[in-house]
Amino acid sequence: MSRKSGNRFSDKDMRKSEEAGNAKPLVPPPAIDRAKLAELRFLVEEFHFEYAAVLDRCEIERWPEFFTEDGVYRLIARDNADANLPLSLMSCEGIGMLKDRAYAIAHTEMFAPRYIQHFISNIRVRAFEEPYITAEANYLVLETLIDEPTRILQSGKYHDVLLQQGETLLIKERRCIYDTVLIPTCVVYPP
Amino acid sequence: MTNPTRFEEAAAFHPRESIADLKWPTDPAEIPDWVYTDRRVYDLELERIFLGPTWNYVALEAELPRPGDYIRSYIGSIPIVVARDKAGEVHAFENRCAHRGAEFCKTYRGNAEQFICPYHQWTYDHSGALVSVPFRRGVKGKGGMPADFKLDEHNLRRLDVTCRHGVVFASVSDKMEPLEDYLGSEILDQFDTIFDGRKLKILGVHRNTLPGNWKLYQENLKDPYHATLLHTYLTTFGLFVAGNKTAIMTDAKGRHSTLCNARPQGRPSDDESKAEIRSFHAAMQLADPRVIQLIPEKNTPWTSNAITIWPNLILLRQTNILGLRQIVPMGPHQFMLIWTTFGYADDTPEMEQHRLRQNNIFGPGGFLGIDDNEALKFVQDGLRRSVPRHGLAPLGNDEESEDTVITDRAIRSMYRHYRESMGF
Repeated sequence: MSRKSGNRFSDKDMRKSEEAGNAKPLVPPPAIDRAKLAELRFLVEEFHFEYAAVLDRCEIERWPEFFTEDGVYRLIARDNADANLPLSLMSCEGIGMLKDRAYAIAHTEMFAPRYIQHFISNIRVRAFEEPYITAEANYLVLETLIDEPTRILQSGKYHDVLLQQGETLLIKERRCIYDTVLIPTCVVYPP
Repeated sequence: MTNPTRFEEAAAFHPRESIADLKWPTDPAEIPDWVYTDRRVYDLELERIFLGPTWNYVALEAELPRPGDYIRSYIGSIPIVVARDKAGEVHAFENRCAHRGAEFCKTYRGNAEQFICPYHQWTYDHSGALVSVPFRRGVKGKGGMPADFKLDEHNLRRLDVTCRHGVVFASVSDKMEPLEDYLGSEILDQFDTIFDGRKLKILGVHRNTLPGNWKLYQENLKDPYHATLLHTYLTTFGLFVAGNKTAIMTDAKGRHSTLCNARPQGRPSDDESKAEIRSFHAAMQLADPRVIQLIPEKNTPWTSNAITIWPNLILLRQTNILGLRQIVPMGPHQFMLIWTTFGYADDTPEMEQHRLRQNNIFGPGGFLGIDDNEALKFVQDGLRRSVPRHGLAPLGNDEESEDTVITDRAIRSMYRHYRESMGF
């Protein structure tokens, strides 16, 4: 049988956006000397851990403190990113929208109480153009509801531009691209 | 269209057991727990509702703009493919190879020359017709398909398709009335307010599972009572308060509904005459009010409209958000929601950004979307874990005027139609 160049629904489509939303091909390590790279990675790692600690304690109204005044936060399903569709599950442009999102979670949304735990790994510094650090990390968020087993809420990747101010960092832009496209019920707290 | 390979009449995917033990309560305000929990009832719903005489939403044409484009979709719980052929016609067929039954299409969307099941490379065209099978005559004269094997007897099972203003519906039945008659004039008017013939632009899709019975989602959008009580965001920021001008209308059969609301101009707190709006806190101002800003774009008095189309579609226009939600049942205790968000192809870039910003309100991470998904899970938790009883939908009455807000009228009318469809 002569087979035309048909769609065989292979898994190549699932891989095509390994760098989802980043558009850059895989590149060698950034041209930063190793000592500087280690220093930056430590800074970024400390930042992730503090961010996770605040969210894991559900102190959502402190969440905007991690952003610059013009900080952007987007939570985007992997399939939308792959298809260049612009819809976000959560989208905040600037500190006002970040605070409004935090206020809604803290005061207007109705949801069952829950524990969440972030696990952030594979931290990579991709570029440093003072004072901005471009970085990526994998994240996993586990969620536990009353009388229910712990489940994976999201598996995703952070694509960050972080502003360095002395020893501290602030998020200029965070795009969270999540593979867990079929969301179990809802995502209350931003990853 | 002709449809030679069809689902069987009254396709019984599961043998029907006796349901004689299930007795509907005599009080019309009562809904028995077993409609949400009993597997036999669920199987009958698939057969008599989703695979019965209904039009089911399956896609937007804007998701398949070019010849060869396709998306995965569902009719009831059954995976289907919706595809556009070379001539531009839209088709829908079962996502299950006619040979060994593999669910062959595993991508959300794409463009294909033809559909090839990876297991044995049975190959189908954009209408689901089988066009080739490998080694049909075997190898070296041995094996292969029987001599009387006919390709056209092994097409994928096809659905009848109808489109209106870019919205694609499908039915297992080939005896369906036109969509316009199925919707009825009241619902059609509201439908056309959103789908006014302009070309649509897809902005994106959200997907979630919800541990609840699929009917709870239909009920939720037929329930104006909950809107101002559950959704504190609406009342806090003045999008929908109990004193707003509101109406809920159903079609003649009671199966579809439209819940319309007119938001007051400006902030309610600025208007001293709005004394009835006591739940509104004047202190609550959004730091960035663009999220709820209304940019007038429709020639209608209603600023929000929640339309339910039986059995699987919710259409929602809220301020400048345009979206639809496809209900995919997954057993009595679970369903999937597919939220497709769109604008118009001729939107300015600013309008598109505005719609995207506003979409923080809906979806499984939305200010309101979270409330609904959680509340429905609470209901199913109650159904699943406790001793069966009858739920209540007692508010209002069935003869009241359409502008009655605190009412379960549309829920009761849905169940009257449901009982008729199901034979309860």
